[in-house]
Amino acid sequence: MIINDHKLPDLPPPNSASGVIGWLRVNLFSTPFYSVLTLVVGYLLWATLIPAFQWVFIDSDWVGDSRDACSSGGACWVFISVRLEQFIYGFYPEAEYWRVNILFAMLALLVGALIYEATPNRGWIAAFSLSVFPLIAFFLLYGGSFGLAVVETHKWGGLSLTLVLALVGIVASLPIGIFLALGRRSEMTVVRSFCTVFIEMWRGVPLITILFMASVMLPLFVPEEIDFDKLLRALIGITLFQSAYMAEVIRGGLQAIPKGQYEAADALGLSYWKKMGLIVLPQALKIMIPGIVNTFIALFKDTSLVLIIGLFDLLAIVQAALSDPKWLGYSIEGYAFVAFVFWIFCFSMSRYSQHLERKLHTGQGAR
Amino acid sequence: MNKITSLTVASAVAIGLATGAQAASTLESVKSKGFVQCGVSTGLPGFSNPDEKGNWQGMDVDICRAVAAATLGDASKVKYIPLTAKERFTALQSGEIDLLSRNTTWTQTRDTTLGLNFAGVSYYDGQGFMVSKNLGIKNALELDGAAVCIQSGTTTELNLSDYFREHKMSFSPVVFDTSDQTVRGFETGRCDMLTSDQSQLYALRIKLSDPSSAIVLPEVISKEPLGPVVRQGDDQWFNIVKWSLNAMINAEELGLTSANIDKMKMASNPNIARFVGLDGPKGSGMDLNDDWAYQIVKQVGNYGEAFERNVGAGSPLNIARGVNALWNKGGFMYAPPMR
Amino acid sequence: MPAEVNKGVAPSSKPKFWNDPDKRALLFQVLMILTVLGFFAYIISNALYNLEKRGITTGFAFLEQSAGFEILLTLLPYDATYSFGRTFLVGLLNTLLVSSLGVILATILGFVMGIARLSQNWLVNKVAAAYIEIFRNIPLLLQILFWYVAVLQPLPLPRASIEIGSAFLNNRGLYLPWPVLESGFSLVMIALAVAICAVVWLLRWNHKRQDATGQRFPVFWTSLALLMGLPLLTFLLAGSPMSWDEPLLKGFNFQGGATIIPELMALLIALSVYTGTFIAEIVRSGILAVSHGQTEAASALGLSKAKTLRLIVVPQAMRVIIPPLTSQYLNLIKNSSLATAIGYPDLVSVFMGTTLNQTGQAIEIIFMTMAVYLSINLIVSLLMNLYNKRVSLVER
Repeated sequence: MIINDHKLPDLPPPNSASGVIGWLRVNLFSTPFYSVLTLVVGYLLWATLIPAFQWVFIDSDWVGDSRDACSSGGACWVFISVRLEQFIYGFYPEAEYWRVNILFAMLALLVGALIYEATPNRGWIAAFSLSVFPLIAFFLLYGGSFGLAVVETHKWGGLSLTLVLALVGIVASLPIGIFLALGRRSEMTVVRSFCTVFIEMWRGVPLITILFMASVMLPLFVPEEIDFDKLLRALIGITLFQSAYMAEVIRGGLQAIPKGQYEAADALGLSYWKKMGLIVLPQALKIMIPGIVNTFIALFKDTSLVLIIGLFDLLAIVQAALSDPKWLGYSIEGYAFVAFVFWIFCFSMSRYSQHLERKLHTGQGAR
Repeated sequence: MNKITSLTVASAVAIGLATGAQAASTLESVKSKGFVQCGVSTGLPGFSNPDEKGNWQGMDVDICRAVAAATLGDASKVKYIPLTAKERFTALQSGEIDLLSRNTTWTQTRDTTLGLNFAGVSYYDGQGFMVSKNLGIKNALELDGAAVCIQSGTTTELNLSDYFREHKMSFSPVVFDTSDQTVRGFETGRCDMLTSDQSQLYALRIKLSDPSSAIVLPEVISKEPLGPVVRQGDDQWFNIVKWSLNAMINAEELGLTSANIDKMKMASNPNIARFVGLDGPKGSGMDLNDDWAYQIVKQVGNYGEAFERNVGAGSPLNIARGVNALWNKGGFMYAPPMR
Repeated sequence: MPAEVNKGVAPSSKPKFWNDPDKRALLFQVLMILTVLGFFAYIISNALYNLEKRGITTGFAFLEQSAGFEILLTLLPYDATYSFGRTFLVGLLNTLLVSSLGVILATILGFVMGIARLSQNWLVNKVAAAYIEIFRNIPLLLQILFWYVAVLQPLPLPRASIEIGSAFLNNRGLYLPWPVLESGFSLVMIALAVAICAVVWLLRWNHKRQDATGQRFPVFWTSLALLMGLPLLTFLLAGSPMSWDEPLLKGFNFQGGATIIPELMALLIALSVYTGTFIAEIVRSGILAVSHGQTEAASALGLSKAKTLRLIVVPQAMRVIIPPLTSQYLNLIKNSSLATAIGYPDLVSVFMGTTLNQTGQAIEIIFMTMAVYLSINLIVSLLMNLYNKRVSLVER
């Protein structure tokens, strides 16, 4: 009988299970079916991505000021660079670009401060962004006071208009959405049914019909002397539409608050508004943030629909540039540029919302 | 009946809310705003098209400018609102614009059921066809089975289907929202022909990457009198627009141009004296300044000038005056006398 | 709820009117009704005043007038002599056509990509992830325009069509041969109907038998054989009563066969690619939501992998998948209205576009259009709620 007191040293895993080969075996060629799949998908990727990469980067033209600069046969990014200012500022007068730039900077600063978790007084910054900042933005963009020249809204366009539409939509729809959500959960039958009907009605029709209604019919519904700007009408339509979606997100948040919280508030003798404002909403709003970010992403993409009612947002202004006889045939470049801009915004927001969701989940799990 | 009942009920309930809607006249509101809101196309060379710097130019634009010159004394006081063919009437009905000057055809339906008034004819047009040269087509009757690009919401859509039905031919309509998309559809070959008013065909042709690759067929299949449109119910404003246009035509007949009007004003011709407001009806009937017509010619020019500059020999479109010449030069342009 | 508490306690002194929640609620609701009514009355009176002042005629009489314009794609018999009411139907059917095709394609794409996203194959997994992240974050309208303007419009002209068998692809669309049914074909349809009935009966019989005896019958293969075999047999016995109508280049265009116009293609591709990303995520999270304990329990019971999937995982995952899936379907139907941007003749484009422009009846037409979408929405939500009630777990 042999007794071995010594622990045998750990052997390295067999070659076939480690290193590159091991990784390949596990992840790409684990079964015959997967092997075939890998080869087919790999070939397809190879066949599409290489030419696409060449077209975008290698064979492309980046500098120049007319279409003569585009001779390499690849993408003609000159088309974008020549018109970049128009794509960002629309028809905003060139001398006033600084106003838009200040706003962009403020926006970036606020968003940065809100995302960075160690910022002190984040609540106050959020309140500022939702209440005071829109006013500042309006006075800066439109002008007419503080010695700023008036810039009519029909000159707004491009990326700045897209941001205006999306931000106004979200800021204005938040309070309306809160009231609608509270109303839909109210015990008063009339209030509940009104809110339900309102929410379901706006959610049931396409945004484009709402925009069309806002742009065509709204002026018929108000007395003649009230004159709505085209942009304002689009904003009203977007806000109503968005508030219905917002209400559903908020309702979800309200439902997620345990019943005990409501009952405890009642037991303390708090009035309805105190109960909601001090106990329920603060907790609910926190868990709603990912949902709000998600609806914001949807709204941000939906702003491109204003093209159909003749506002020049980023997509519309590029679309218009595509039909310039001097720059015919660069539609792929134009659309790729718009897609890239939208993608950057939406992708980073969706990542942020996923991050928040994960954080919330762990937070609740630890409790 | 039903409408009246609901109106009564509605007003009874709303009595606390509804402020007595007292409409200011269009002229008053234009004067208080300081500009004329003018509906134009989203981009049609020769008629209304923004140049590279965003300044609007064209025949239709010149009518907007003439109205601004007459009412405000400054032709540049116009706010241009680009409209698609679909949006244009509702924009006018809803009061978003004071004046629609957007190559709009005068028809009975539009004049009588939409609450609109056509203030005259600024361009006599007719619908035609543009085809690609390499199809080798000489005549519209060879177009049986063709795919046709049309702009939606226009009278051309209706004329086209009438024409093909009359000649027992078939076609498939490819309908786009804007003229840009229509040209693109034609250029890429989505359709074999493009149909629109003849003037527009010339205008759209220069938007092609190779304008010489397309020809405009000789057939004219409809009457398309184009003119400025106003809302019904404000006769004063209707008169102002009507006479702004008439003044441009009369100025050409009198030989008044933007260049010579200051000199001609001094001449003793009684017609000219009435025109510039030194004599005759002046502007009081329309609540305008006496020199309203002078301002139009001085700042915008006469009809012939506008024509040549925008669509005629002085423009890339190079359209001949044809029926749009003055009545005494073989055309249809005839304005009532200013006396 | 304080209201109920009050009732039980029977307060000694009558509370002030505004301190009684019941009465306060009543007052508040009455005020709300009045406000809403007043608001509607206000805008209606404004609208009527404005319409009358501007001399715009109202009413639905225009639906009887003849339309006078042609439509590119019609599922109903239609030409310019038909009425505006007919254009409404034509547009509605075109909307339903693109929506139903889109729902089918998006579901297939979404399920494939959702499952691929869970695949152990690294490459497949990453491709699916890239697909989801890219197309989900680009506006749908942009995608529609891209497919139409940048992909389909540059295709060759009819004379230089790309040939795929006896089908042709060019910038006027995809031209496919189409079966022409001859007189005996109704027999085949009858055979198909019989086969369907037989399969339904077979399924119920099998279910009953399994409940009673525990034995199972190979239902799937039998059903397949019935569904395929019976009609095929009839078809051959009836002497192949069908021929193909092939597209031929005549004059300007291909004639004959079936045509899928590029507007429909672009819209369909964009709608299914866009909605597919959302469905893929729903499918993925639905499958992940089935807890591991369930599959472990199933294998402890000795169920095979396939049976575990079919009997344990899928039914539970579907419970999670169906509600958000339905709302994606609703979104797809609503998004099909973007057709107007590329001229596909859907309801919004034909009715709220051309018809509105030819008649000028903005209010009537916009309300009719919105009513259509609302009803579609209501019907689908209703079905979804019914289904949801049936499958949802009964909790405490």
